[in-house]
Amino acid sequence: MNGVPLVAYLALGLFMFTTGVVGVVIRRNPIVIFMCIELMLNAVNLTFLAFARYQYTKLPVGDLQQQSSMMAGQMMVIFVMAVAAAEVAVGLGIIMAIFRLRQNIDIDEMNLLRG
Amino acid sequence: MNQSLGGVTITPNLLLFGALGGAAAMAAVGVVAFNNAVRSALCLVLNFFLLAIVYFTLNAEMMGITQVVVYTGAIMVLFLFVIMLLNLGAPQLLRDREDPKRWLGLLLGFALFAIVAGQIFPSLLSHTNIGAVDGYGSPQAIGRTLFTQYVLPFEAVSILLLIGIVGSILLAKRRI
Repeated sequence: MNGVPLVAYLALGLFMFTTGVVGVVIRRNPIVIFMCIELMLNAVNLTFLAFARYQYTKLPVGDLQQQSSMMAGQMMVIFVMAVAAAEVAVGLGIIMAIFRLRQNIDIDEMNLLRG
Repeated sequence: MNQSLGGVTITPNLLLFGALGGAAAMAAVGVVAFNNAVRSALCLVLNFFLLAIVYFTLNAEMMGITQVVVYTGAIMVLFLFVIMLLNLGAPQLLRDREDPKRWLGLLLGFALFAIVAGQIFPSLLSHTNIGAVDGYGSPQAIGRTLFTQYVLPFEAVSILLLIGIVGSILLAKRRI
């Protein structure tokens, strides 16, 4: 889509990331906190893709180095998605285990690791 | 239609992006603002779907398809499934109490946005030229790069996913 500046995409990504940070700080439900972490990961993905498209390059077309720099952002997005999937599976498993143990998942009352 | 606003030309594409991005931003706010976990999850589904369309506008078609399949398809179903299993649909179970942490968090968010935006945006404000060539987001290009230059990280990620599967089974099972 031509005519859209890079800053517009970056602003959307930054807004989503900030919303995720605020959600992690103020919410008490661990599942919603997980959703906010997903929001932050997606904001980073959007930033990666925006920079991948609007990158500043002066290398000639067809150059191998230019090709690899052009694809690097999308490769990072693929790996971030895979790590996010693994993180969600394990994290929700932990939440299930804690809920089975205590019947209460209020994040402010979890102080098992405080010692 | 070509008016200039602060150095940025207003085009129909920019208006379209504004609509998409505004809806995605409102959905993101909804994730945090709703007290009900199911409503938060549905807002997150909407946000991910709009984000996939934004990826399409960035010519990253393969990433947009992957976003729909992986996030809105798999991860959000997992979230809704856990919410259903824990029966968190009832909002009175975990109502967010009024405390100073909420205003502190909002203040922190505004400060973070202002600091990062103030540092990054002024220097990139006039950057509109597109460096990527056509077809850089096609499945062919991604597959060729993923299985030649990035084959070692790809294998590492496959091991990570395997460990994730085993770990979630271990955590979810009552007794091995």
